[in-house]
Amino acid sequence: MAGWILLIVLAVIVFGFIGIYNTLVTLRKRCDNGWAQIDVQLKRRYDLIPNLVETAKGYLKHEREVLENVTKARQQAINASGVKEQAQAENFLSQTLRSLFAVVENYPDLKANQNMMAVQEELVSTENKISFARQHYNDTVMAYNTRTEMFPSNIIAGMFGFSEREFFELEDEAQRQAPKVDFTS
Amino acid sequence: MYSQIAENKRNSWLLVILVTTVLVLLGYLIGEYWGSRYGGIVIAVVFAVVSALIAYYGGAGMILGLSRARRIEKRDNPQLFNVVEELTIAAGVPMPAIYIIDDSAPNAFATGRDPAHASVAITTGLLEKLSRDELQGVMAHELSHVQNRDILFAMMVGVMVGSIVMISDFFLRSVFWGGGRRRRSGGDKGSGPLILVALALAILAPIFAKLLQLAVSRQREYLADASAAKLTRYPEGLARALEKIAGDREVLEVANRATQHLYIVNPIKPFEKRAKGLFSTHPPIEERVARLRAM
Repeated sequence: MAGWILLIVLAVIVFGFIGIYNTLVTLRKRCDNGWAQIDVQLKRRYDLIPNLVETAKGYLKHEREVLENVTKARQQAINASGVKEQAQAENFLSQTLRSLFAVVENYPDLKANQNMMAVQEELVSTENKISFARQHYNDTVMAYNTRTEMFPSNIIAGMFGFSEREFFELEDEAQRQAPKVDFTS
Repeated sequence: MYSQIAENKRNSWLLVILVTTVLVLLGYLIGEYWGSRYGGIVIAVVFAVVSALIAYYGGAGMILGLSRARRIEKRDNPQLFNVVEELTIAAGVPMPAIYIIDDSAPNAFATGRDPAHASVAITTGLLEKLSRDELQGVMAHELSHVQNRDILFAMMVGVMVGSIVMISDFFLRSVFWGGGRRRRSGGDKGSGPLILVALALAILAPIFAKLLQLAVSRQREYLADASAAKLTRYPEGLARALEKIAGDREVLEVANRATQHLYIVNPIKPFEKRAKGLFSTHPPIEERVARLRAM
Protein backbone atom coordinates (compact mmCIF):
# COMPACT_ATOMS: atom_id res chain seq x y z
CA MET A 1 0.00 0.00 0.00
CA ALA A 2 2.75 2.38 0.99
CA GLY A 3 4.50 1.43 -2.22
CA TRP A 4 1.55 2.60 -4.32
CA ILE A 5 1.30 5.91 -2.49
CA LEU A 6 4.99 6.53 -3.02
CA LEU A 7 4.61 5.76 -6.71
CA ILE A 8 1.70 8.16 -7.07
CA VAL A 9 3.52 10.94 -5.24
CA LEU A 10 6.56 10.40 -7.44
CA ALA A 11 4.43 10.49 -10.58
CA VAL A 12 2.80 13.73 -9.48
CA ILE A 13 6.19 15.33 -8.84
CA VAL A 14 7.58 14.20 -12.19
CA PHE A 15 4.56 15.43 -14.10
CA GLY A 16 4.69 18.65 -12.16
CA PHE A 17 8.31 19.13 -13.19
CA ILE A 18 7.55 18.45 -16.82
CA GLY A 19 4.58 20.81 -16.75
CA ILE A 20 6.60 23.66 -15.27
CA TYR A 21 9.49 23.11 -17.66
CA ASN A 22 7.16 23.17 -20.65
CA THR A 23 5.43 26.29 -19.41
CA LEU A 24 8.79 28.04 -19.16
CA VAL A 25 9.68 26.98 -22.67
CA THR A 26 6.34 28.22 -24.01
CA LEU A 27 6.66 31.59 -22.30
CA ARG A 28 10.22 32.01 -23.54
CA LYS A 29 9.18 31.20 -27.11
CA ARG A 30 6.48 33.85 -26.88
CA CYS A 31 9.18 36.38 -26.02
CA ASP A 32 11.14 35.33 -29.12
CA ASN A 33 8.04 35.65 -31.24
CA GLY A 34 7.17 39.02 -29.72
CA TRP A 35 10.63 40.34 -30.54
CA ALA A 36 10.42 39.12 -34.12
CA GLN A 37 7.04 40.82 -34.52
CA ILE A 38 8.58 44.19 -33.76
CA ASP A 39 10.97 43.70 -36.67
CA VAL A 40 8.09 42.79 -38.97
CA GLN A 41 6.38 46.10 -38.22
CA LEU A 42 9.59 48.10 -38.59
CA LYS A 43 10.18 46.59 -42.03
CA ARG A 44 6.60 47.47 -43.01
CA ARG A 45 7.38 51.07 -42.31
CA TYR A 46 10.37 51.04 -44.63
CA ASP A 47 8.14 49.80 -47.44
CA LEU A 48 5.50 52.47 -46.93
CA ILE A 49 7.75 55.52 -46.75
CA PRO A 50 8.76 55.87 -50.43
CA ASN A 51 5.06 56.03 -51.33
CA LEU A 52 4.49 58.73 -48.73
CA VAL A 53 7.37 60.83 -49.99
CA GLU A 54 6.21 60.50 -53.61
CA THR A 55 2.65 61.54 -52.77
CA ALA A 56 3.72 64.52 -50.70
CA LYS A 57 6.48 65.76 -53.02
CA GLY A 58 4.23 67.60 -55.47
CA TYR A 59 2.55 69.64 -52.74
CA LEU A 60 5.49 70.26 -50.46
CA LYS A 61 7.76 72.04 -52.95
CA HIS A 62 8.93 74.47 -50.26
CA GLU A 63 9.47 71.84 -47.62
CA ARG A 64 12.09 69.75 -49.42
CA GLU A 65 14.27 69.48 -46.32
CA VAL A 66 11.59 67.75 -44.26
CA LEU A 67 11.04 65.17 -47.00
CA GLU A 68 14.74 64.61 -47.48
CA ASN A 69 15.21 64.05 -43.76
CA VAL A 70 12.63 61.30 -43.84
CA THR A 71 14.31 59.60 -46.78
CA LYS A 72 17.75 59.86 -45.21
CA ALA A 73 16.52 58.60 -41.84
CA ARG A 74 14.89 55.63 -43.54
CA GLN A 75 18.11 54.71 -45.29
CA GLN A 76 20.02 55.02 -42.03
CA ALA A 77 17.60 52.71 -40.28
CA ILE A 78 17.84 50.10 -43.03
CA ASN A 79 21.62 50.16 -42.86
CA ALA A 80 21.83 50.11 -39.08
CA SER A 81 23.41 47.11 -37.43
CA GLY A 82 23.31 46.03 -33.83
CA VAL A 83 20.38 46.46 -31.49
CA LYS A 84 21.40 49.81 -30.03
CA GLU A 85 22.23 51.45 -33.33
CA GLN A 86 19.03 50.21 -34.89
CA ALA A 87 16.91 51.42 -31.98
CA GLN A 88 18.43 54.89 -32.28
CA ALA A 89 17.95 54.97 -36.05
CA GLU A 90 14.32 53.89 -35.68
CA ASN A 91 13.65 56.58 -33.10
CA PHE A 92 15.19 59.17 -35.39
CA LEU A 93 13.01 57.98 -38.26
CA SER A 94 9.94 58.34 -36.05
CA GLN A 95 10.95 61.89 -35.26
CA THR A 96 11.36 62.86 -38.92
CA LEU A 97 7.96 61.39 -39.69
CA ARG A 98 6.38 63.39 -36.88
CA SER A 99 7.95 66.56 -38.28
CA LEU A 100 6.57 65.71 -41.70
CA PHE A 101 3.07 65.22 -40.35
CA ALA A 102 3.29 68.49 -38.45
CA VAL A 103 4.19 70.25 -41.70
CA VAL A 104 1.37 68.55 -43.62
CA GLU A 105 -1.08 70.19 -41.19
CA ASN A 106 -0.28 73.50 -42.87
CA TYR A 107 -1.19 72.31 -46.36
CA PRO A 108 -4.96 71.69 -46.45
CA ASP A 109 -4.86 70.68 -50.13
CA LEU A 110 -2.40 67.94 -49.40
CA LYS A 111 -4.27 66.93 -46.28
CA ALA A 112 -7.50 66.49 -48.24
CA ASN A 113 -5.87 64.50 -51.03
CA GLN A 114 -7.29 60.94 -51.08
CA ASN A 115 -3.97 59.25 -51.72
CA MET A 116 -2.32 61.26 -49.00
CA MET A 117 -5.05 60.38 -46.53
CA ALA A 118 -4.74 56.70 -47.35
CA VAL A 119 -0.96 56.74 -47.01
CA GLN A 120 -1.18 58.77 -43.82
CA GLU A 121 -3.62 56.29 -42.31
CA GLU A 122 -1.23 53.47 -43.21
CA LEU A 123 1.67 55.24 -41.59
CA VAL A 124 -0.26 56.14 -38.45
CA SER A 125 -1.32 52.52 -38.26
CA THR A 126 2.25 51.31 -38.74
CA GLU A 127 3.52 53.60 -35.99
CA ASN A 128 0.80 52.22 -33.73
CA LYS A 129 1.64 48.67 -34.74
CA ILE A 130 5.27 49.20 -33.85
CA SER A 131 4.19 50.52 -30.45
CA PHE A 132 1.78 47.69 -29.88
CA ALA A 133 4.34 45.12 -30.98
CA ARG A 134 6.75 46.54 -28.40
CA GLN A 135 4.01 46.57 -25.79
CA HIS A 136 3.17 42.96 -26.56
CA TYR A 137 6.82 42.00 -26.37
CA ASN A 138 7.07 43.62 -22.94
CA ASP A 139 3.94 41.76 -21.84
CA THR A 140 5.46 38.43 -22.87
CA VAL A 141 8.71 39.33 -21.08
CA MET A 142 6.77 40.21 -17.93
CA ALA A 143 4.91 36.90 -17.96
CA TYR A 144 8.13 34.96 -18.57
CA ASN A 145 10.22 36.83 -16.00
CA THR A 146 7.51 36.51 -13.38
CA ARG A 147 7.37 32.77 -13.93
CA THR A 148 11.15 32.41 -13.59
CA GLU A 149 10.96 34.14 -10.22
CA MET A 150 7.85 32.52 -8.81
CA PHE A 151 8.01 29.45 -6.63
CA PRO A 152 8.22 26.54 -7.53
CA SER A 153 9.07 27.31 -11.17
CA ASN A 154 12.15 29.27 -10.07
CA ILE A 155 13.76 26.01 -9.06
CA ILE A 156 13.33 24.51 -12.51
CA ALA A 157 14.32 27.79 -14.13
CA GLY A 158 17.56 27.79 -12.18
CA MET A 159 18.27 24.14 -12.95
CA PHE A 160 17.83 24.49 -16.70
CA GLY A 161 19.21 27.96 -17.29
CA PHE A 162 16.04 29.96 -17.97
CA SER A 163 17.34 33.46 -17.46
CA GLU A 164 15.32 36.66 -17.42
CA ARG A 165 14.74 38.64 -20.59
CA GLU A 166 15.17 42.39 -20.93
CA PHE A 167 12.27 44.74 -21.42
CA PHE A 168 12.20 46.97 -24.46
CA GLU A 169 12.74 50.49 -23.21
CA LEU A 170 12.87 53.82 -24.97
CA GLU A 171 16.19 55.57 -24.56
CA ASP A 172 14.96 58.98 -25.58
CA GLU A 173 13.19 60.99 -22.86
CA ALA A 174 11.45 63.08 -25.51
CA GLN A 175 9.95 59.92 -26.98
CA ARG A 176 8.50 59.06 -23.62
CA GLN A 177 6.69 62.36 -23.32
CA ALA A 178 5.21 62.20 -26.80
CA PRO A 179 1.43 62.63 -26.60
CA LYS A 180 -0.85 60.42 -28.65
CA VAL A 181 -1.55 62.03 -32.00
CA ASP A 182 -5.09 61.72 -33.34
CA PHE A 183 -5.41 62.73 -37.00
CA THR A 184 -9.05 62.10 -37.55
CA SER A 185 -11.25 63.45 -34.75
CA MET B 1 -5.85 47.83 -14.00
CA TYR B 2 -4.32 44.42 -13.30
CA SER B 3 -5.95 44.29 -9.87
CA GLN B 4 -9.31 45.13 -11.41
CA ILE B 5 -8.88 42.29 -13.87
CA ALA B 6 -7.88 39.82 -11.17
CA GLU B 7 -10.77 40.89 -8.93
CA ASN B 8 -13.24 40.56 -11.78
CA LYS B 9 -12.13 37.07 -12.64
CA ARG B 10 -12.36 36.02 -9.01
CA ASN B 11 -15.84 37.48 -8.61
CA SER B 12 -17.03 35.79 -11.78
CA TRP B 13 -15.92 32.41 -10.55
CA LEU B 14 -17.50 32.96 -7.13
CA LEU B 15 -20.77 33.73 -8.83
CA VAL B 16 -20.50 30.61 -10.99
CA ILE B 17 -19.83 28.48 -7.92
CA LEU B 18 -22.90 30.02 -6.31
CA VAL B 19 -25.08 29.15 -9.28
CA THR B 20 -23.69 25.62 -9.35
CA THR B 21 -24.41 25.20 -5.67
CA VAL B 22 -28.00 26.31 -6.13
CA LEU B 23 -28.38 23.87 -9.01
CA VAL B 24 -26.92 20.96 -7.08
CA LEU B 25 -28.98 21.75 -3.97
CA LEU B 26 -32.16 21.96 -5.96
CA GLY B 27 -31.46 18.73 -7.78
CA TYR B 28 -30.64 16.96 -4.55
CA LEU B 29 -33.71 18.11 -2.65
CA ILE B 30 -36.05 17.30 -5.46
CA GLY B 31 -34.35 13.97 -6.01
CA GLU B 32 -34.77 13.16 -2.33
CA TYR B 33 -38.43 14.03 -2.53
CA TRP B 34 -39.03 11.87 -5.54
CA GLY B 35 -37.01 8.91 -4.38
CA SER B 36 -35.27 7.80 -7.47
CA ARG B 37 -36.83 10.14 -10.00
CA TYR B 38 -33.56 11.28 -11.45
CA GLY B 39 -34.71 10.50 -14.96
CA GLY B 40 -36.67 13.71 -15.41
CA ILE B 41 -33.85 15.85 -14.13
CA VAL B 42 -31.31 14.15 -16.36
CA ILE B 43 -33.49 14.71 -19.41
CA ALA B 44 -33.96 18.37 -18.51
CA VAL B 45 -30.23 18.93 -18.08
CA VAL B 46 -29.39 17.08 -21.30
CA PHE B 47 -31.89 19.25 -23.14
CA ALA B 48 -30.37 22.40 -21.65
CA VAL B 49 -26.86 21.31 -22.63
CA VAL B 50 -27.83 20.38 -26.19
CA SER B 51 -29.61 23.66 -26.82
CA ALA B 52 -26.66 25.52 -25.34
CA LEU B 53 -24.23 23.71 -27.63
CA ILE B 54 -26.34 24.56 -30.66
CA ALA B 55 -26.33 28.19 -29.64
CA TYR B 56 -22.60 28.05 -28.95
CA TYR B 57 -21.51 26.65 -32.28
CA GLY B 58 -24.19 28.13 -34.47
CA GLY B 59 -24.79 31.28 -32.49
CA ALA B 60 -22.32 33.52 -34.24
CA GLY B 61 -23.80 32.75 -37.64
CA MET B 62 -27.32 33.20 -36.32
CA ILE B 63 -26.78 36.53 -34.72
CA LEU B 64 -24.77 37.93 -37.60
CA GLY B 65 -27.50 36.87 -40.00
CA LEU B 66 -30.20 38.35 -37.75
CA SER B 67 -28.37 41.63 -37.56
CA ARG B 68 -28.02 41.93 -41.33
CA ALA B 69 -24.30 42.35 -40.86
CA ARG B 70 -22.00 42.43 -43.85
CA ARG B 71 -18.43 41.28 -43.70
CA ILE B 72 -15.73 43.74 -44.72
CA GLU B 73 -12.18 43.42 -45.98
CA LYS B 74 -9.36 45.91 -45.57
CA ARG B 75 -10.18 47.91 -48.70
CA ASP B 76 -13.79 48.51 -47.56
CA ASN B 77 -12.76 50.39 -44.45
CA PRO B 78 -8.99 50.59 -43.96
CA GLN B 79 -9.20 52.53 -40.72
CA LEU B 80 -11.50 50.04 -39.00
CA PHE B 81 -9.43 47.16 -40.29
CA ASN B 82 -6.18 48.76 -39.12
CA VAL B 83 -7.61 49.58 -35.72
CA VAL B 84 -8.57 45.94 -35.17
CA GLU B 85 -5.28 44.68 -36.63
CA GLU B 86 -3.31 46.86 -34.20
CA LEU B 87 -5.21 45.33 -31.31
CA THR B 88 -4.52 41.79 -32.49
CA ILE B 89 -0.82 42.66 -32.46
CA ALA B 90 -1.07 44.01 -28.93
CA ALA B 91 -2.94 40.91 -27.80
CA GLY B 92 -1.04 38.35 -29.85
CA VAL B 93 -4.21 36.82 -31.31
CA PRO B 94 -5.34 36.14 -34.90
CA MET B 95 -7.54 38.61 -36.78
CA PRO B 96 -11.29 38.21 -36.22
CA ALA B 97 -13.84 38.55 -39.01
CA ILE B 98 -15.08 42.14 -39.12
CA TYR B 99 -18.68 43.07 -39.86
CA ILE B 100 -20.56 46.31 -40.33
CA ILE B 101 -24.27 46.70 -39.52
CA ASP B 102 -26.25 49.35 -41.35
CA ASP B 103 -28.04 51.02 -38.47
CA SER B 104 -27.86 54.55 -37.17
CA ALA B 105 -27.99 53.41 -33.54
CA PRO B 106 -24.48 53.34 -32.08
CA ASN B 107 -23.47 49.88 -30.85
CA ALA B 108 -21.00 47.05 -31.30
CA PHE B 109 -20.68 43.41 -30.34
CA ALA B 110 -18.42 40.39 -30.49
CA THR B 111 -19.13 36.68 -30.79
CA GLY B 112 -16.88 33.64 -30.93
CA ARG B 113 -15.86 30.89 -28.55
CA ASP B 114 -12.17 31.74 -28.77
CA PRO B 115 -9.89 34.17 -30.63
CA ALA B 116 -9.43 31.75 -33.53
CA HIS B 117 -13.16 31.74 -34.25
CA ALA B 118 -14.09 35.30 -33.48
CA SER B 119 -16.20 37.98 -35.14
CA VAL B 120 -16.67 41.61 -34.23
CA ALA B 121 -19.40 43.87 -35.55
CA ILE B 122 -20.10 47.58 -35.37
CA THR B 123 -22.99 49.75 -36.57
CA THR B 124 -22.51 52.51 -39.12
CA GLY B 125 -24.04 54.82 -36.52
CA LEU B 126 -21.19 54.16 -34.11
CA LEU B 127 -18.52 54.14 -36.80
CA GLU B 128 -19.42 57.69 -37.85
CA LYS B 129 -19.41 59.10 -34.34
CA LEU B 130 -16.08 57.93 -33.01
CA SER B 131 -12.55 59.16 -33.44
CA ARG B 132 -9.78 56.67 -34.10
CA ASP B 133 -8.83 56.32 -30.44
CA GLU B 134 -12.42 55.91 -29.32
CA LEU B 135 -13.03 53.32 -32.04
CA GLN B 136 -9.96 51.44 -30.86
CA GLY B 137 -11.27 51.50 -27.29
CA VAL B 138 -14.59 50.00 -28.37
CA MET B 139 -12.95 47.33 -30.52
CA ALA B 140 -10.56 46.50 -27.67
CA HIS B 141 -13.57 45.97 -25.39
CA GLU B 142 -15.15 43.62 -27.89
CA LEU B 143 -11.96 41.67 -28.53
CA SER B 144 -11.48 41.34 -24.79
CA HIS B 145 -14.85 39.62 -24.50
CA VAL B 146 -13.58 36.96 -26.87
CA GLN B 147 -10.19 36.71 -25.22
CA ASN B 148 -11.71 36.40 -21.76
CA ARG B 149 -13.88 33.61 -23.12
CA ASP B 150 -16.98 35.53 -22.09
CA ILE B 151 -19.07 33.89 -24.74
CA LEU B 152 -18.12 30.50 -23.32
CA PHE B 153 -18.64 31.80 -19.82
CA ALA B 154 -22.09 33.19 -20.55
CA MET B 155 -22.95 29.88 -22.15
CA MET B 156 -21.95 27.90 -19.04
CA VAL B 157 -23.90 30.17 -16.74
CA GLY B 158 -26.82 30.17 -19.15
CA VAL B 159 -26.90 26.36 -19.16
CA MET B 160 -26.89 26.18 -15.41
CA VAL B 161 -29.51 28.83 -14.97
CA GLY B 162 -31.60 27.24 -17.69
CA SER B 163 -31.33 23.90 -15.95
CA ILE B 164 -32.37 25.42 -12.65
CA VAL B 165 -35.37 27.03 -14.26
CA MET B 166 -36.36 23.83 -16.03
CA ILE B 167 -35.91 21.59 -13.03
CA SER B 168 -37.88 23.92 -10.81
CA ASP B 169 -40.60 24.20 -13.39
CA PHE B 170 -40.77 20.45 -13.87
CA PHE B 171 -40.91 19.87 -10.14
CA LEU B 172 -43.54 22.50 -9.47
CA ARG B 173 -45.75 21.13 -12.22
CA SER B 174 -45.43 17.60 -10.93
CA VAL B 175 -46.37 18.68 -7.41
CA PHE B 176 -49.38 20.67 -8.52
CA TRP B 177 -50.62 18.02 -10.87
CA GLY B 178 -50.06 15.40 -8.23
CA GLY B 179 -47.86 13.08 -10.23
CA GLY B 180 -44.72 13.32 -8.17
CA ARG B 181 -45.30 11.27 -5.04
CA ARG B 182 -44.54 7.62 -5.46
CA ARG B 183 -44.64 5.41 -2.47
CA ARG B 184 -41.64 3.17 -2.33
CA SER B 185 -41.73 -0.03 -0.41
CA GLY B 186 -39.14 1.30 1.98
CA GLY B 187 -41.41 4.20 2.93
CA ASP B 188 -40.91 7.73 1.69
CA LYS B 189 -38.71 10.29 3.37
CA GLY B 190 -40.26 12.71 5.84
CA SER B 191 -42.61 14.59 3.58
CA GLY B 192 -44.04 17.63 5.39
CA PRO B 193 -41.17 20.05 5.91
CA LEU B 194 -39.26 18.63 2.96
CA ILE B 195 -42.04 19.51 0.54
CA LEU B 196 -42.18 23.06 1.79
CA VAL B 197 -38.43 23.53 1.53
CA ALA B 198 -38.33 22.01 -1.93
CA LEU B 199 -41.27 24.14 -3.06
CA ALA B 200 -39.78 27.33 -1.69
CA LEU B 201 -36.49 26.59 -3.36
CA ALA B 202 -38.18 25.71 -6.63
CA ILE B 203 -39.91 29.07 -6.67
CA LEU B 204 -37.02 31.17 -5.45
CA ALA B 205 -34.17 29.39 -7.21
CA PRO B 206 -34.98 30.54 -10.73
CA ILE B 207 -35.27 34.15 -9.59
CA PHE B 208 -32.06 33.92 -7.62
CA ALA B 209 -30.29 32.22 -10.50
CA LYS B 210 -31.46 34.88 -12.93
CA LEU B 211 -30.18 37.64 -10.65
CA LEU B 212 -26.85 35.84 -10.39
CA GLN B 213 -26.69 35.51 -14.14
CA LEU B 214 -27.21 39.25 -14.55
CA ALA B 215 -24.60 39.95 -11.88
CA VAL B 216 -22.11 37.78 -13.76
CA SER B 217 -22.95 39.59 -16.98
CA ARG B 218 -22.23 42.95 -15.34
CA GLN B 219 -18.96 41.68 -13.88
CA ARG B 220 -17.80 40.52 -17.28
CA GLU B 221 -18.59 43.92 -18.75
CA TYR B 222 -16.33 45.59 -16.19
CA LEU B 223 -13.70 42.98 -16.93
CA ALA B 224 -13.92 43.66 -20.66
CA ASP B 225 -13.50 47.39 -19.96
CA ALA B 226 -10.41 46.74 -17.83
CA SER B 227 -8.96 44.32 -20.38
CA ALA B 228 -9.54 46.87 -23.13
CA ALA B 229 -7.58 49.43 -21.12
CA LYS B 230 -4.79 46.90 -20.72
CA LEU B 231 -4.69 46.35 -24.46
CA THR B 232 -4.67 49.98 -25.54
CA ARG B 233 -3.01 51.43 -22.41
CA TYR B 234 -5.38 54.33 -23.07
CA PRO B 235 -8.61 54.00 -21.03
CA GLU B 236 -9.67 57.54 -21.98
CA GLY B 237 -10.47 56.36 -25.51
CA LEU B 238 -13.07 53.86 -24.36
CA ALA B 239 -14.37 56.24 -21.68
CA ARG B 240 -15.10 58.93 -24.26
CA ALA B 241 -16.68 56.43 -26.62
CA LEU B 242 -19.02 55.21 -23.86
CA GLU B 243 -20.01 58.79 -23.08
CA LYS B 244 -20.79 59.41 -26.73
CA ILE B 245 -22.90 56.26 -26.91
CA ALA B 246 -24.75 57.13 -23.69
CA GLY B 247 -25.68 60.48 -25.14
CA ASP B 248 -27.50 58.84 -28.03
CA ARG B 249 -30.88 57.48 -27.08
CA GLU B 250 -31.75 55.60 -30.21
CA VAL B 251 -32.77 51.96 -29.85
CA LEU B 252 -31.04 49.37 -32.02
CA GLU B 253 -33.65 47.85 -34.29
CA VAL B 254 -32.28 44.37 -34.76
CA ALA B 255 -31.49 43.61 -31.14
CA ASN B 256 -33.84 41.86 -28.79
CA ARG B 257 -33.89 40.31 -25.31
CA ALA B 258 -32.05 37.23 -26.43
CA THR B 259 -29.05 39.06 -27.81
CA GLN B 260 -28.91 42.14 -25.63
CA HIS B 261 -26.10 40.89 -23.40
CA LEU B 262 -23.68 40.64 -26.31
CA TYR B 263 -23.68 44.36 -27.08
CA ILE B 264 -21.33 46.94 -25.63
CA VAL B 265 -24.20 48.91 -24.15
CA ASN B 266 -27.69 47.64 -23.58
CA PRO B 267 -29.37 48.12 -26.97
CA ILE B 268 -33.02 47.76 -26.09
CA LYS B 269 -33.39 50.20 -23.23
CA PRO B 270 -33.65 53.66 -24.71
CA PHE B 271 -32.99 55.47 -21.47
CA GLU B 272 -30.04 54.52 -19.29
CA LYS B 273 -31.90 55.28 -16.06
CA ARG B 274 -34.25 52.39 -16.66
CA ALA B 275 -31.39 50.04 -17.18
CA LYS B 276 -29.80 50.50 -13.75
CA GLY B 277 -29.72 48.03 -10.94
CA LEU B 278 -30.12 44.33 -10.43
CA PHE B 279 -32.08 43.57 -13.58
CA SER B 280 -29.67 44.92 -16.09
CA THR B 281 -27.14 42.99 -18.15
CA HIS B 282 -24.82 45.99 -18.31
CA PRO B 283 -23.50 48.21 -15.55
CA PRO B 284 -24.50 51.89 -15.64
CA ILE B 285 -22.35 53.85 -18.06
CA GLU B 286 -21.37 56.53 -15.53
CA GLU B 287 -19.89 53.84 -13.31
CA ARG B 288 -17.99 52.27 -16.21
CA VAL B 289 -16.57 55.64 -17.24
CA ALA B 290 -15.61 56.43 -13.65
CA ARG B 291 -13.73 53.15 -13.28
CA LEU B 292 -11.91 53.65 -16.56
CA ARG B 293 -10.82 57.15 -15.60
CA ALA B 294 -9.63 55.87 -12.23
CA MET B 295 -7.12 53.50 -13.80
